[in-house]
Amino acid sequence: MSPHLILQVVAKLLIPLIVVFGFYVQFHGEYGPGGGFQAGVIIAVAVILYALIFGIDAARRTVPPVAVRVGAALGVLIFAGVGVATLFMNGAGEPLNYLDYDALHPDQGHHTGQHYGIILIEIGVLTTVSSVMLAIFYAFAGRVPDIPDEEW
Amino acid sequence: MNHADLTQYLDYLLIAMLLAVGFAIVRLRNLFAVVMLTGVYSLLCAAWFVSLDAVDVAFTEAAVGAGISTVLMLGAMLLTARESEPAGAGRHWAAFVVVAAAGAALFFAIPDMPVYGDPDSPANAYVGRDYLEQVPHDISIPNVVTAVLSSYRGFDTLGEVVVVFSAALGVMLLLGFGTGARRREEEED
Repeated sequence: MSPHLILQVVAKLLIPLIVVFGFYVQFHGEYGPGGGFQAGVIIAVAVILYALIFGIDAARRTVPPVAVRVGAALGVLIFAGVGVATLFMNGAGEPLNYLDYDALHPDQGHHTGQHYGIILIEIGVLTTVSSVMLAIFYAFAGRVPDIPDEEW
Repeated sequence: MNHADLTQYLDYLLIAMLLAVGFAIVRLRNLFAVVMLTGVYSLLCAAWFVSLDAVDVAFTEAAVGAGISTVLMLGAMLLTARESEPAGAGRHWAAFVVVAAAGAALFFAIPDMPVYGDPDSPANAYVGRDYLEQVPHDISIPNVVTAVLSSYRGFDTLGEVVVVFSAALGVMLLLGFGTGARRREEEED
């Protein structure tokens, strides 16, 4: 029997809620406070809580460090890629602009294209921020043994 | 002051608590308590930002300052000693003069600050007002902060994401990928 049984039960209840709240912050960022930066941190916190309670090795099996490294670069590529895509998608013959989301949708009022652009780049921000926070945590936590039981 | 403006007392209370926590952090010699108190400090900051209607900033402060930073500081703390030597009783007059001069300069600058919530203050008047007026036409999303961050200032945000990525790159290059210590332990076994 683990000495942290209560913590583990509570954490198992909390972690799914934290992740759901993170995605709420991500996809509700246009309407309320929040966005990719905050959502990325919240989702990283869910994994870090898991690592603190169940041990860093369990967290590494769940979210492998390779995925974290790839995710950190992938988010930047998504963001920058949206900019490159807007360079090529402008069909109206207007001047081509990097990160000009109007090109993403042929809506005359421009709103749909703007919404597409914001959602896409926020996904990039989410991917990079959550991966980077986890990468830094892994880098620090991997250097020390797990917290000894008497120090809880 | 009109009587409806009661939230200012909440602000005073929060600032007083920030001061108290700040002094406690300076006085304490136990690293664990200091790390926990910096988390408390961030949480108080976040509460104060909510009181000032800066919810997006408050959200970031609560998530990054009180959440991630505290965990990372705990991780860093495990790598070092927990207690520090008591500071010497020597008087640092030069430092005191610098602090006093900086504090006096700040008090000197207070009368030039715009009143809180002043619509004609430089921060609210020019570009800020343009954003507030243009977002419903240009982008039509309710949260102006998101619109400015992602659309008007998309370049800046891309730069920020690259900075965050570079931070991880730097940490990983300096500390390894978090597997070094474990491998060394296994080799020693």
